[in-house]
Amino acid sequence: MAVARQKPFVIRHMPGFPTLAIVCFFALYMPLVPLVIYSFNAGNNIALWEGISFRWYVAAWDNELVKAAAVRSLVVASFASFFATILATMAALGTTRTRAYRGQTTIYALINQPLMVPEIVTAVALLILFAMIKEATGYHGYAYLIIAHTAFCIPFAYLPIRARLEGMDKTLETAAADLYARPWPTFRRVTLPLMLPGIFAGAMLAFVISLDDVVITEFVKSAGQDTLPTYMLGQLRRVITPEINAISSVLLLISVILVTLIFFLSRNKTA
Amino acid sequence: MPANGEVPAIRVEEVDKIFGNDADRVVALNRVSVAIEENEFFTLLGPSGCGKTTLLRLIAGFEQPTAGRILLQDDDITRLAPYDRPVNTVFQNYALFPHMTVEQNIAFALEMLEKPAAEIDQTVTDMLRLVRMEQLRDRRVDQISGGQQQRVALARALAPHPRVLLLDEPLSALDYKLRKDMQIELKRLQHETGITFIFVTHDQEEALTMSDRVAVMNDGNILQVGPPHEIYDHPSERFVADFIGDTNFLPADIIERGGDAVSCRLESGEVLAVPAGVDLPDHDRVTLAIRPEQVTLCETAGDATLQGTLQDAVYIGTDTHYRIRLADDSLFTARVQNARGRAQLFESGDRLGIRLDPEHVQLLKD
Amino acid sequence: MASVSPYSNAPVLDLEALARRREVKTNVLLTVPALTVLVAAASGPLLIMLIFSFLTPGDYGGVKWELSFDAWFQVVLHRDIFDDTISLADAHLSILWRSVKLSFLTTLVAFILGFPTAYFIATRPPETRNIWLFLVTIPFWTNLLIRTFAILEIIRNQGVINSALLGMGLIDAPLDMLYTDIAILLGMTYVYIPLMILPIYASMERLDFRLVEAGYDLYASRWKVLKRIILPLVKPGVIAGSILVFIPSLGAYVTPRVLGGGKNLMLGNLIELQFGQGRNWPLGAALSLTLLVIVMFALIFYVRSAQRETH
Repeated sequence: MAVARQKPFVIRHMPGFPTLAIVCFFALYMPLVPLVIYSFNAGNNIALWEGISFRWYVAAWDNELVKAAAVRSLVVASFASFFATILATMAALGTTRTRAYRGQTTIYALINQPLMVPEIVTAVALLILFAMIKEATGYHGYAYLIIAHTAFCIPFAYLPIRARLEGMDKTLETAAADLYARPWPTFRRVTLPLMLPGIFAGAMLAFVISLDDVVITEFVKSAGQDTLPTYMLGQLRRVITPEINAISSVLLLISVILVTLIFFLSRNKTA
Repeated sequence: MPANGEVPAIRVEEVDKIFGNDADRVVALNRVSVAIEENEFFTLLGPSGCGKTTLLRLIAGFEQPTAGRILLQDDDITRLAPYDRPVNTVFQNYALFPHMTVEQNIAFALEMLEKPAAEIDQTVTDMLRLVRMEQLRDRRVDQISGGQQQRVALARALAPHPRVLLLDEPLSALDYKLRKDMQIELKRLQHETGITFIFVTHDQEEALTMSDRVAVMNDGNILQVGPPHEIYDHPSERFVADFIGDTNFLPADIIERGGDAVSCRLESGEVLAVPAGVDLPDHDRVTLAIRPEQVTLCETAGDATLQGTLQDAVYIGTDTHYRIRLADDSLFTARVQNARGRAQLFESGDRLGIRLDPEHVQLLKD
Repeated sequence: MASVSPYSNAPVLDLEALARRREVKTNVLLTVPALTVLVAAASGPLLIMLIFSFLTPGDYGGVKWELSFDAWFQVVLHRDIFDDTISLADAHLSILWRSVKLSFLTTLVAFILGFPTAYFIATRPPETRNIWLFLVTIPFWTNLLIRTFAILEIIRNQGVINSALLGMGLIDAPLDMLYTDIAILLGMTYVYIPLMILPIYASMERLDFRLVEAGYDLYASRWKVLKRIILPLVKPGVIAGSILVFIPSLGAYVTPRVLGGGKNLMLGNLIELQFGQGRNWPLGAALSLTLLVIVMFALIFYVRSAQRETH
């Protein structure tokens, strides 16, 4: 029998799947390559390559509008992720590892609501609500943006914290109580330190989500409150210069760094 | 050993524990009472789900009894929180704080009790020496082996010098060799510290080797309390006899009640005189329990108590187990120590006799 | 079963109930601050929007506080301004149809590419698996606008694809890909595909490959094993992934705006229009709620399927 030449049968192999997967990974990264390359273009046009230069990074850095928008993005994201993380930590403590109580489903639904409702719907609803408040109070400050961002960041901060809590061994707190720790010292010395990686991951996710938001910011912002993404969205309507590529590349780099941090934070110490 | 006249370290009085309510209620403990003496190595032994861990958790204060009282010497501690009881636990999975070092774990309780820093430091050093872990003081607990974690868990629970130490199957996660070492180690620690140990296990061998006294539990009840040899030689109930060691159970009828001895007729027809226990049942239907190693086998049927045909023999190193089919078609196991250089005594199909020593036959109420 | 002791009396049980109630109260209190923010800036506004959908549009945006059902009427119907004849609102319906069609196609393409990718990742050795997974998460957490912009750059007339095709002599004139439905489809698939891969992978990772071995042992071919064993077992992940791609596609705003130009509108753009040039807030509100209703139906479908899988 001529079986000797046959390829060995690999249980987990599916013909064509690795090819499709490689195509998929290629497609995920390929479009980002020209984006980054053209940010170093010396020419005025995003399509015509005229040599390497940092001119558009300099231009973006010198652009007061970009600078102001970047600062605004960071401020809003910092406040929103800070508040969202605190609120989400409390909510996670109140909904995890407890006996089931009435209303728990409603609480889950409310917390996860921003994940289920399309952003454009929330954006429009906030536009309507804030327009009324703006008219009634005359206040046009950043509070609207921060509250709106805090709200949609809560579920993103909540999920990793909750996952961390659920993976935590409850006997550790029992052991603390056995070793003469009252409830508050137990929380401070045992529960909180063990939750910390989840809290960090949650805070960073919230920060990234807030930093990336376009739609809700676009509808909620008052005049002159552009964040970096809404500024870029506005620019895409005009003649596009490699300045946009430069800003995009920097944001891309920030995302990669943050996600890498989250990746390693959630991987370590889970065992 | 139970001391005379002293107040017991722990008294459990008429304790009930019921989980859930109404339809799905589970009775974990049913009117359990037991007294554990000072400086005793006391073991709660039973199959999983028998209520032994629940009883331990009630003493630790992690659960509240549904009814009954728990006393620590003369103090009622039934409703005290775990952090108000001078009782510490070694958990089954150790429950070491993973974000702390060995030292920080051991110091935890002392810090909670707000002991001065110098005293904490001294105690930690003493404890590390006690469990022979001095060199691992600054290690993180996830960087040490299972056996070492076990020692840290012991040191942590002993550091505040509790009146009673509770151990919830602490050896179950260790491999055989390590478990044997830790059994000796635990005995040593108990001896050196003079603390009352309450040990929970489902391993009968572990219970018999380590304990001063054993309480055998099943289905929420304590069936028998006593020193290991008493539990082994004189089981009070069929469950105890069955759970601890191997036992042959022979159904029998009492045909004559004398002063010290009782005559019983076995299913297979033989009549046997056995010593009457303390509380002889009123009814005549009983069970005789016979340990397989407490019989002798002989070829001639002359003076043998029982007779049968050898079904098979299983060689297990030190011993050989012979399974003998009796006249009523039931199987009887006999364990015979293998003599050096001697082959198997009997062949399958041989007719042989079983000699019983009446002193080693235990009469059980059925 | 052991009998119940007469000592298990009421006061003791009440004590436990009391402790339980105190615990629940603490837990609920802990969630209150988060819920307050969420109700104020996520759920509550939806109710206000519902009210707005029944009001009359103001002259310069905003509303007049007069009851009107016109907005809901206008979602699908059109009243001629001259002779009052009522007809279907073709413009709205075609946008609605495009939204549903493109979202469905996006989900389909994302599945066709995402399923093998998830399978590929799940069958890597554990050490490298996390790295592949990480490679999927990076684009996912990268700004959506940037990723859309990246697609814009490669499909524009002087973009990478056209330059390459022209350079190879395969075409004479650049293909007009930008500002078409295809561009939106491509962009949305690119942007949302990680949302398909990740949940399928999560199901796949829990898949017991001994079942696959059993399938082969019982004479199933590769295709049969895929269809009869793997797919049914990872179905919850496939459904979750499909929902996660379908819902944001349906409500997409940025991608069709950037890649569809002004003419290929989707529901999200139509809604925005009512708050900009259209100055018809009630219609915008009604359209938003229509979108929300479609999404809710999709979610109910998801919950139903998920429940069926677990029972």
